[in-house]
Amino acid sequence: MTALLDINQLLDELEAGLRRILAERGVDNPALIGIRTGGVWLADVMSKRLGLAEPYGELDISFYRDDFSRIGLNPRVAPSSLPFDTEGRDIILIDDVIMSGRTIRAAMNEIFDYGRPASIILATLIDLGARELPVQPDVTGKALALDAHQRVKLRGPDPLRIEFQETGQ
Amino acid sequence: MTANDPSPNHLQLTRDGQLRHFLTLDGLGRELLTDILDTADSFIEVGERRIKKVPLLRGRTVVNLFFESSTRTRSTFELAAKRLSADVLNLDINTSATSKGESLSDTLLNLEAMASDMFVVRHSQSGAPHFIAESVTPGVAIINAGDGRHAHPTQAMLDMLTIRQHKGSFEGLKVAIVGDVLHSRVARSQIRALNVLGAGEVRVIAPGTLLPRDVEDLGCTVEYDMARGMQDLDVVIMLRLQKERMEGALLPSEREFYRLYGLNQDKLALAKPDCIVMHPGPINRGVEIESAVADGPQSVILNQVTNGIAIRMAVMSMAMGGQVAERQQKHSDHEGARA
Repeated sequence: MTALLDINQLLDELEAGLRRILAERGVDNPALIGIRTGGVWLADVMSKRLGLAEPYGELDISFYRDDFSRIGLNPRVAPSSLPFDTEGRDIILIDDVIMSGRTIRAAMNEIFDYGRPASIILATLIDLGARELPVQPDVTGKALALDAHQRVKLRGPDPLRIEFQETGQ
Repeated sequence: MTANDPSPNHLQLTRDGQLRHFLTLDGLGRELLTDILDTADSFIEVGERRIKKVPLLRGRTVVNLFFESSTRTRSTFELAAKRLSADVLNLDINTSATSKGESLSDTLLNLEAMASDMFVVRHSQSGAPHFIAESVTPGVAIINAGDGRHAHPTQAMLDMLTIRQHKGSFEGLKVAIVGDVLHSRVARSQIRALNVLGAGEVRVIAPGTLLPRDVEDLGCTVEYDMARGMQDLDVVIMLRLQKERMEGALLPSEREFYRLYGLNQDKLALAKPDCIVMHPGPINRGVEIESAVADGPQSVILNQVTNGIAIRMAVMSMAMGGQVAERQQKHSDHEGARA
C-alpha cells in the first residue's frame, strides 16, 4: 500500500469534492482555514484552486490539544492567525492527514473561540481511518489503510509530496 | 546535573531541559529564553480574540502567594492564570495565617492539601521561592513573582518581549538601565536576560550610592553621568526609585535625583531617535520620569503591561507542562523497572 501517490491526483480529488459540497450546500463565500503545518500548505493550494480572494487562516492547535496532561506544552507553538471574523461564516477546515480525530476536535474548539461559525466543512488530503472520536471528513483526497509500522506525512510546501516512513516496530 | 549542582537548574529544569519551576534567569540559556518569548507571542494573539481563553490549565489550581503587596504583578498573574482556564486563589499573607503565627511550612502544607498545582510567590526575602520549590511536594510548580533584591524573572522576560517586538532582535542593541539599581531585583534579571539574549551593550546609569558593589560583574558597563550614558541608546529602561527600601541617606533629595537622573525630553533627545522608553511601574512621575516622556510617542510602558500577561501565561503553561511531562516520565520509568 506504499506505492507512490500522485499528489496532483489527490489535490484534484479534494478540489472536486469541495466544489461539489459547496454547490450542494449553496455556500458561495467560504472562509478557508488550514491546520499547521501541512493543512496550511493545502489551504494555500486550495485557496488558489477555488479562486478565493480572501486570505486563508492558519491554526496552531497547541493550546487546545487534549494531551497536555500527558506530554506538556508543544515547544514549537506559533501564533494562530485568522484574518477574518469566523462569526456566522461558512468555514472550510483543511488538514493533511486525519487519524484519531483529536486534532480536528481541538481545531473546532479553537475556531469557536474566535466566534460561532455558520458551518464547518472538513477536508483532509488523506484519511487513515483508526478513528478514536466521531469526527469524519466531508471531503477526502484518498482513504488509505496502513500497516501498524507505517507512517505517512505530507512534505512541502514546494513541491508538495507524500512521504511514507517505516517505523521499524 | 545532580542535586548537588550549585546552579539552581537542578531545581528549575526537568532532566530533559524543560522548565518545571521558574525561579531565576541564572543558568537558563538563550534557547529556553527564546522559547519563552516565542510562546508568549502566541499568547498575545490569544489576548486579541473574542474569547481570550485557552483550555491548557483547565481544572488546575493556581495560588497567588503574595507575602509582599503588589497590584500590577498580582493582577496580571491572576489574569494570565484565568486565561489559561485555571482556578485561581489569591492569598494576601499579610492579613492571613502568618499574622496568627503559622509558619511558612505550615501554610504551604495546608495549600498543598487543597490540591494546588502551582504557587506564584512574591516575598521580601531573597531566596524564598527557592526554599518553597525545594520543600514543596513534587508536581507543584513554583513561579517567582519577585523575591527581595534577588530576582523578578517574569518582569525581565516581559521587558525582553517588549524590546523584541519593537527592535526585532537583540543583536547590537545598546540598552541602558537607569536609577535605583541597588534595590532593584528587576535590574538584576534584566541585565542577565539581555546578556543571554545577545544585546550589544548593557549600561547602568546611576549614582554610586544606588549601585550594588561589583555591579560590572553582572555583565554591564557603568556610567555616572546621564547625558553621556544616553548617547546612541536603542532602549532606555527607567527604574522606580524604591523609597520604601531606602535605608540611610543614599540620596541628597528627590529633586536632586530628578535633576541628575530623571528622564525628561531633553535627555531623551540625546539617544537614538527611535529609542524606546520602558519602566516596570509603578511610575513616580517627576521623580524618575517626566510625564511628557512617560506618555510620549517613544514610551512603551503600557505595552509592557499587556506583554506581562502573555509572558506569565507562557511561563505558567511551560512550567506546568514540565511538571506533567516529568510525572509521566517517572511513571514510565517505574513501569519499565517493573517489567
